[in-house]
Amino acid sequence: MSFQPVKFYQTGTFTVGNRLLAPQERSVQANMERTNSLNSGHRACQGCGEALGARYAIDAAMHATDNQLIAANATGCLEVFSTPYPETSWQIPWMHSLFGNAPAVATGIAAAIKIKRQKGLKDDVRVVAQGGDGGTTDIGFGCLSGMFERNDDVLYICYDNGGYMNTGVQRSSATPPAARTATTMPVGPQPGNVFGQGKFMPAIAMAHEIPYVATATVADLRDLEHKVKKAMTFRGARYIHILVPCPLGWGSASQDTIKLSRLAKETGMFPVFEAEYGELTNSSKIRRLLPVEEYLRPQKRFAHLFGKSPAVATIARLQALADKNIRKYEMLDKEAN
Amino acid sequence: MLKQMEGSHAVAQAVALCRPEIICAYPISPQTHIVEGIGEMVKAGEIVNCEFINVESEFAAMSVAIGSSATGARTYTATASQGLLFMVEAVYNASGLGLPIVMTVANRAIGAPINIWNDHSDSISQRDSGWIQLFAETNQEALDLHIQAFKLAEELSLPVMICMDGFILTHAYERVDIPTQEQVDAFLPPYEPRQVLDTHAPVSIGAMVGPEAFTEVRYLAHEKQMQALELIPKMAEEFMAIFGRDSGGLVRPYRTEDAETIVIAMGSLLGTIKDTVDEMRDAGVKIGVLGITSFRPFPLDAVRQAIKHAKRVVVLEKTFAVGIGGILATDVRTAFFGIQMNAYTVIAGLGGRPITKTALHELFEKAGRDDLIPLTFLDLDWNVVNKQLARERQKRRSGPAAENILRDVSSTAAHIS
Amino acid sequence: MNKPFAITLDPGSSLANHTGSWRTERPVYVDRLPPCNSQCPAGEDIQGWLFHAESGNYEKAWQHLTRDNPFPAIMGRVCYHSCENVCNRGQLDAPVGINSVERFLGDEAIRRAWKLVPPAAETGKHVLIVGAGPSGMSAAYHLRRFGHRVTVYEAGPLLGGMMRFGIPKYRLPRDVLDAEMQRVVDMGVEVVLNTKVDNILDTMQTGKFDAAFLAVGAHIAKRAFIPSGEVSKVVDAISVLRSMEGENKPMLGRRVIVYGGGNTAIDVARTAKRMGAEPIIVYRRTRDKMPAHDFEIEEALQEGVMIRWLSTIKQAGDTNITIEKMELDASGFPQPTGEFETLEADSVVLALGQDVDLSLLEGVPGLEVSDGVVKVDANMMTGQPGVFAGGDMVPTERNITIGVGHGKKAARNIDAWLRGATYVAPPKHQVATFDKLNTWYYADAPKTVRPMLDIIRRQSTFDEVQGGLDESTALFEARRCLSCGNCFECDNCYGVCPDNAVIKLGPGKRFEFNYDYCKGCGMCVAECPCGAINMVPENN
Repeated sequence: MSFQPVKFYQTGTFTVGNRLLAPQERSVQANMERTNSLNSGHRACQGCGEALGARYAIDAAMHATDNQLIAANATGCLEVFSTPYPETSWQIPWMHSLFGNAPAVATGIAAAIKIKRQKGLKDDVRVVAQGGDGGTTDIGFGCLSGMFERNDDVLYICYDNGGYMNTGVQRSSATPPAARTATTMPVGPQPGNVFGQGKFMPAIAMAHEIPYVATATVADLRDLEHKVKKAMTFRGARYIHILVPCPLGWGSASQDTIKLSRLAKETGMFPVFEAEYGELTNSSKIRRLLPVEEYLRPQKRFAHLFGKSPAVATIARLQALADKNIRKYEMLDKEAN
Repeated sequence: MLKQMEGSHAVAQAVALCRPEIICAYPISPQTHIVEGIGEMVKAGEIVNCEFINVESEFAAMSVAIGSSATGARTYTATASQGLLFMVEAVYNASGLGLPIVMTVANRAIGAPINIWNDHSDSISQRDSGWIQLFAETNQEALDLHIQAFKLAEELSLPVMICMDGFILTHAYERVDIPTQEQVDAFLPPYEPRQVLDTHAPVSIGAMVGPEAFTEVRYLAHEKQMQALELIPKMAEEFMAIFGRDSGGLVRPYRTEDAETIVIAMGSLLGTIKDTVDEMRDAGVKIGVLGITSFRPFPLDAVRQAIKHAKRVVVLEKTFAVGIGGILATDVRTAFFGIQMNAYTVIAGLGGRPITKTALHELFEKAGRDDLIPLTFLDLDWNVVNKQLARERQKRRSGPAAENILRDVSSTAAHIS
Repeated sequence: MNKPFAITLDPGSSLANHTGSWRTERPVYVDRLPPCNSQCPAGEDIQGWLFHAESGNYEKAWQHLTRDNPFPAIMGRVCYHSCENVCNRGQLDAPVGINSVERFLGDEAIRRAWKLVPPAAETGKHVLIVGAGPSGMSAAYHLRRFGHRVTVYEAGPLLGGMMRFGIPKYRLPRDVLDAEMQRVVDMGVEVVLNTKVDNILDTMQTGKFDAAFLAVGAHIAKRAFIPSGEVSKVVDAISVLRSMEGENKPMLGRRVIVYGGGNTAIDVARTAKRMGAEPIIVYRRTRDKMPAHDFEIEEALQEGVMIRWLSTIKQAGDTNITIEKMELDASGFPQPTGEFETLEADSVVLALGQDVDLSLLEGVPGLEVSDGVVKVDANMMTGQPGVFAGGDMVPTERNITIGVGHGKKAARNIDAWLRGATYVAPPKHQVATFDKLNTWYYADAPKTVRPMLDIIRRQSTFDEVQGGLDESTALFEARRCLSCGNCFECDNCYGVCPDNAVIKLGPGKRFEFNYDYCKGCGMCVAECPCGAINMVPENN
């Protein structure tokens, strides 16, 4: 048997931190002095994946920019739960304008920074725009595409929880097929969200051939932080799409948020990868391949698939989508399998 | 320096002299020549430390402006008509957030039917958006108002919309006096934002405000516009001192001293009205004109002072509130509080319909005889209207009105088909 | 900055909103007992010393280990490491090689001459220990730590007892044994060798001992009646193993029959093999019923030891033996078949178990002896006050680790008794079972296998069969520990809380919940790798 490399830290690199790691190898979130860009007291639901993802991403971006960061935020859960007057949870310069314009607002901020730098500003201030899947793939799509196309120096982060959760769980173009939402009820001949619709924004971002596109989940913090930091090494438009489970909208237990994120990747339902200038450069390999049922079952939005007579055909279609992801984004480690 | 140039280019020059930092725009007639002019100057390096951003829509244009303004950059954009409507959500947002963006609206009708020609429907539709709206009478005034606009906007931390008539002003070549950079610099200090996205002093801009504070926020926005009522005349005086030119202000009375009839209007139309008034004065008619420069905030007191000795008021407006009539007229009437007076609303020049002195002579004479109905449509072709109405009475689904009318107006129809 | 009212807010002002009021359940940090610790007969804090080893601080790890067991180098060779059988990692890939890390630490200690610390103060009490085996020497060590004067009486010529006379040197090199014995002696333990205690009460009285711990090993071989001729050479295993320690090596001949299925049978067969013989083990049942540890059977088979399963010896002749084939009945007991076979044999070695010589207890009032062992109470005291007993002498499974554990336990009880008190063991935490863990977070890391001595050398020499880990592999192995049930500061709870309601207190200080903001989502519990957080209902 060949030995594992000696650099093995009790629990590998999967935990947030580890006392055995050298400080520079620890995650941002393990740091006692992490920014907590999104601070306590916000009004997100228990177990909110978006609140978690936002702190992960923005803290990492703060780390990468030496705290020289400004954020533009689309309307949505993240905005509503973080900044209801008279309290804000943000500890960074942050701006909310509208639902569909966060990328353009960010363009404006970045342009203003560019001019300020020309006029002598020393700080290399970077700009992040963020929004939910509705604000990104639907109403903000035009502004986002424009920002990509101009290659403005903005990192756009989409927190994808697969629906309009803030308004009461309606379907978005990121809602997965078969999922129950308030506007795709599990009734009629095709219960839940229909197959054959929806869009996968990361692929669209790649089509713009912007410098950097990545997907991530809140289950793999180190990967997420790595991608945010990597994104900050590029100038120009960058896009990171983070899967963030929503206990409310998914009908999942609040403590299962990370578990579901993990299962989304391990079943192939959500591909985790990186792309540069339109080409796939890296994909996170599935560690323990599981059938999609493992991911679907804990979520009430898919409960109609698992009744007395399970919707075998529908589950098979979802499995086929996962299999396609696995092929397309090379999610299996060829050497290991 | 006196120069012959197109109105759009005069505005572009004015904006350039204001040392803008971010210009973002999406093309729409008749605004295009303005931003083309500025874009060229930025690209040529004539405007330093300025970023020109070609955005993908007017919504994005205003959104980029919001972002850059909130980051402390002097920001300018321009639009017209449908473009203004397309950015409406962001227009309200900019004022709600108190961002001193300056925007030119090259006034143009709103469709459908689509129409590229001038009226004031676009700007007027945004009268409640919280923006300051200043209407230019001439290209010189348009140029001057832009310089004042930046100062006004930044002093109050409110966005300012400079409204100039599409084509009539934007595309008209006139002699204008282009100020020197020194003059503009003397008048307009560098932008010091009231709030700014600053990594060294972080704030959250754009909080969600509930019933507990929303009314107060709204009232404070109103209060700020009230401050503008005092600031605008002051600024015109300061402008006069530096540039030697009387430009801007709230209202612009012309031969109203002993006038029995006062015509109220906005924009380039005032020129035609003044010519007509001059001719009627020559004929002994006691008639005057009150030009409204500041439509928002609406100068109730100034209007009241100007008209209180008159017998009647004729509000001539290039806009139309379907279902009631005048919009400017309604605001003017608010100034009448406690004064009994006849006020006639005249809708004119919609979609670029020419307003001729002949028509005005006839109109004002009728007004002088108090022979006007409360709501008049200047030069309305009753023949066309009545035919369509008759057709509709006969047949419930008589087809699109616009096409039917085009068919009726045979000369136009011949040109098109 | 004259900020607009309500629209623009100061950073972090949401701290005024105490979302903890939403909570219906609250997370609390707990410590659970790791299965290895729970299982260890010597009561070692295995997870505790692995923790130090993980960071490469081997001396600290060794010190932590020797709080409970002074013989890691011996343990790392002869302990049957039942800790590894219950190791939760076994359900993941393979158990942590606790035993091999222990040996590494023990060998490091010998190599670097680390010392056990003598007591800071003497109590003036004097304790007699009878027997310098694992139990006696363990008790000697612990009693010295308490500050008591200790004198060990050993009947044999050397320290170690069954560790020396029952375990072949290819499993436990004598220099290792000597080193760990001497280290205890160096703490100030007095040793009287070659002195058999004939009567415990007399010895105690003569020596003015305040208490005694009896730890006599099971050195007397059990016999079985085998019809045999006068010339047949029938010897017992324990004598063979003992004589291996002396000058006169036993003369067994070429064809050696070993009768029995315990570890001793294996030991003696492997010893015979190394002496050039061709040993055959005769055992009446099947391999899976064999009491010997399977790894030892496997090693013996590898070395060329033959085993005749399902066989009993009916008769031993001059140069041969007769065996009868057996078969298992429904309840697993071997039954004779009437089928016989003859095997050539120069000698027969009986390995059928051992008894303890209890003669020293004769005449001691209040003692209760049954089945060849002494009855002790929960505090390991015999019916005679002040006389304690452990190891092979008391009813228990017999192995070295249990003996060492008895020594520790007895020492604690003797110490308490000497102070006029009763030792009460601290309450134990709930065991951290596998279901409490979130094993996703543990990287895949198969067990490091210790190198094995080349087969030819194993068949012909008494060199140690199993090698040790080197530093890098020992470190790797230590780091495979899951830290079941006890926070190891992985920062997961600190990281995964969507409400920043976990306060990190700094290295070694673990974490605290900030209940002002904790909404009780339970994510920290779900994502804690080692099961060190529990959810409890809120009461108000």
